Amino acid sequence: MAKTDITPEAMEAKTQQEAPQAATQPAAKKIDSKIPEGPLAEKWTNYKSHQKLVNPANKRRLDIIVVGTGLAGASAAASLGEMGFNVLSFCIQDSPRRAHSIAAQGGINAAKNYQNDGDSVYRLFYDTIKGGDYRAREANVYRLAEVSNSIIDQCVAQGVPFAREYGGLLDNRSFGGAQVSRTFYAKGQTGQQLLLGAYSALSRQVKKGTVKLFPRHEMLDLVIIDGRARGIIARNLITGKIERYAAHAVVIATGGYGRTFFLSTNAMGSNGSAAMQCYRKGAYFANPAFAQIHPTCIPVHGEFQSKLTLMSESLRNDGRIWVPKKKEDAEAIRAGKLKPTDLKEEDRDYYLERRYPAFGNLVPRDVASRAAKERCDAGYGIGSTGLAVYLDFASAIERLGEDVVRARYGNLFQMYEKIVDENPYKTPMKIYPAIHYTMGGIWVDYELSTSIPGLFAIGEANFSDHGANRLGASALMQGLADGYFVLPYTIQNYLSDQITVPRFSTSLPEFVQAEKDVNARIAKLMNIKGKRSVDSIHKELGHIMWEFVGMGRTKEGLETALEKIKEVKKEFWTNVHIPGEADTLNVELEKALRLADFIEIGHLMALDALNRNESCGGHFREEYQTPDGEALRQDDKYMYVSCWEYQGDDKEPVMYKEELKYEAIKVQQRNYKQ
Amino acid sequence: MEKNINITLRIWRQKGPKEKGAFKEYSLQNISTESSFLEMLDVLNEQLINNGEDPVVFDHDCREGICGMCSLYINGHPHGPDEDVTTCQLHMRKFNDGDVITVEPWRSAGFPVIRDLMVDRSAFDKIMQAGGYISVNTGGVPDANAIPIPKANADEAMDAATCIGCGACVAACKNGSAMLFVSAKVSQLALLPQGRIEAARRAKAMLSKMDELGFGNCTNTGACEAECPKNISITNIARLNREFIKAKLKD
Repeated sequence: MAKTDITPEAMEAKTQQEAPQAATQPAAKKIDSKIPEGPLAEKWTNYKSHQKLVNPANKRRLDIIVVGTGLAGASAAASLGEMGFNVLSFCIQDSPRRAHSIAAQGGINAAKNYQNDGDSVYRLFYDTIKGGDYRAREANVYRLAEVSNSIIDQCVAQGVPFAREYGGLLDNRSFGGAQVSRTFYAKGQTGQQLLLGAYSALSRQVKKGTVKLFPRHEMLDLVIIDGRARGIIARNLITGKIERYAAHAVVIATGGYGRTFFLSTNAMGSNGSAAMQCYRKGAYFANPAFAQIHPTCIPVHGEFQSKLTLMSESLRNDGRIWVPKKKEDAEAIRAGKLKPTDLKEEDRDYYLERRYPAFGNLVPRDVASRAAKERCDAGYGIGSTGLAVYLDFASAIERLGEDVVRARYGNLFQMYEKIVDENPYKTPMKIYPAIHYTMGGIWVDYELSTSIPGLFAIGEANFSDHGANRLGASALMQGLADGYFVLPYTIQNYLSDQITVPRFSTSLPEFVQAEKDVNARIAKLMNIKGKRSVDSIHKELGHIMWEFVGMGRTKEGLETALEKIKEVKKEFWTNVHIPGEADTLNVELEKALRLADFIEIGHLMALDALNRNESCGGHFREEYQTPDGEALRQDDKYMYVSCWEYQGDDKEPVMYKEELKYEAIKVQQRNYKQ
Repeated sequence: MEKNINITLRIWRQKGPKEKGAFKEYSLQNISTESSFLEMLDVLNEQLINNGEDPVVFDHDCREGICGMCSLYINGHPHGPDEDVTTCQLHMRKFNDGDVITVEPWRSAGFPVIRDLMVDRSAFDKIMQAGGYISVNTGGVPDANAIPIPKANADEAMDAATCIGCGACVAACKNGSAMLFVSAKVSQLALLPQGRIEAARRAKAMLSKMDELGFGNCTNTGACEAECPKNISITNIARLNREFIKAKLKD
């Protein structure tokens, strides 16, 4: 393992207390990540040169189920369809185009170096590993950086209208954690344009007959036959009918589990249930504690609130973040007696520029979020609750003019004004961190295969590329990398010996049993006939998660969370009320099924956070920080991926470790100051 | 500034596609003007569930105006009285204490009601499948900067591509036409050199699918543009017509 260069002083600063190894046992199973041999830069080329393929005539005899139609799911389903596989594509929305990738605003990274500012595949790889606080797998991240350029080419060929310069070539902007401009964008709607590109490609395959769509269908269980993933049980959300679907392989592309916190930037339907179904069938769940809290969201304002709206990280290119320098000014602002625009320059604390001169307002998300929390906790927060900071465009407007700022961020400013009823051209935006993305997810190896043969996980649903913190504009990159350029190769290595396996009948006993189990779970929920709505219990879970498993975690807090989540679980399973019938459209039943899994995920997140006695990326344990409040890793003990294995409903899961080895990169403490 | 208002809702309730629907009245107290319209409906549903009634069914997902899943015809306007927003971004500050608010589903032959305020918009997917794409496979494409595109064209394509496929244009149109939706996609791709190659075929295929699925024709009333939450311009319809005529002349 590589040596770290954390200073001895910093090491001493950490507290010595160690939490008990929560429910973990010595790693008995060896986790094989199947990283190909050879130098880092040649691994993917070598893999592709030597992997097994499926010939065109055999492809059409093989069925692949893809669950989810976001960037990863839609691009994978389209690409597999183009190759000739027979694809079944499922989504819970009324159309594949609605998947929550659509809401990604700022952009997509690629190592094109079109700006001639020193970018390269290695630099993108390095920034991603460093941004992830040295908790991601080197080989996967290098491959991600390697295929990033092809993604941009592909999207342009599909007609994605990326922003351009007057000369007709593509424009770039900067994102957090990078010192180059490598982010491609389409106004503040990059996710929308990329998803519509993938959706177009998917639509083309539907017309050709290689892909069949199943919108408004929700996966409720994974079917395993002889140890391999062979199908799913899904509920038709319109008719309520439970249906069986068989295939030679199953791909999970169902996104993240941020809505465990109830309030998040995720869509209302985003959920972690498919991942949990796979987990309960034996797939490892990796690094569940690694959740990203995005620094720039519109602050919470009331109990009725259903979601939090993100203000793109791209705004930090030109916006400056500050709070008042004096507490009395902050108090006056909170009381409505003082306006931010009245405060003189010298009375403002641009705390990111002050603390991190090298990266300034463009520090990574975890760093920016914690810094905002630190200022608010210290009493300098603004807004009616004191839980907000300013994102100010006054100096950008002065420097560039309002028109340029409008051209760059117009739609974001409009969105802010519609929600908050304040004009951000005239007064600074109020922002605060919110749950946004989950780096943890289903464990996958280099081939994106889970620990269950024939079951693959791609996009945010897997854990592989972002370590403990994801850099801005990298989620779109990873989703499309997995879907267009990685899975379509690696899945063939698995399918090559499946060509003689005939299509499965859904009358097999494994399907019958899985459907029976799903029906039993639904009947159990419907029969509780309690007094509380699903949302009211979900909000309760959300409060626990935000308070104890949010931005600042402690051993005591996490132990409290585990207790409280247990109480929520009991309350849910004895007192939830689901109106209506199960065998028809029933939105409350859909929400209840998802909440049942969110409760389990919340438990898993707290357990993993308690086990990880260190701070890294988005996981900040208050006991482990440097004297100036930065995350303090414990590389000698925790340089591993925690892989949790389900043991049964009433038992704690067992954890295995995938040790991380850094061969190309020197592991060091992250530094965004110099 | 934040305040609370009392309102009366007249909501369309309909069990299924073939069943008869009717308006039902509900009164709601102390709704914060800072809440969004859908958060107000969440409050109503919480109340209905606690009273043992069936909650109102409506489509929604991202709640930030981009997924296109939310709909609702509010006081005679798709996405309600505010301008340039979807229903999920409409806020209660646009309403007054004592208001009676009428909420209906999209009403159009192309969008049958599923239940209450939820409609079936799968026809839009079918129109897209008819030709709303550039026929390229994954891989083997030129470098992204190989073909420079004038900024003005790229920007105009982006404006057209902003369409979220919500169907407000169809709901607003007295003919139930999907021309604004179709023309936005046809324009986006026709404005780019990559999409130019199939422009004629695309225009014909998408229009003929639109007709086949029961959407009406365009009579240039401009209602679609006026109600579009994303400001998609009807100049796109003019461009679609040009593409269509050019294609027909070549036949």
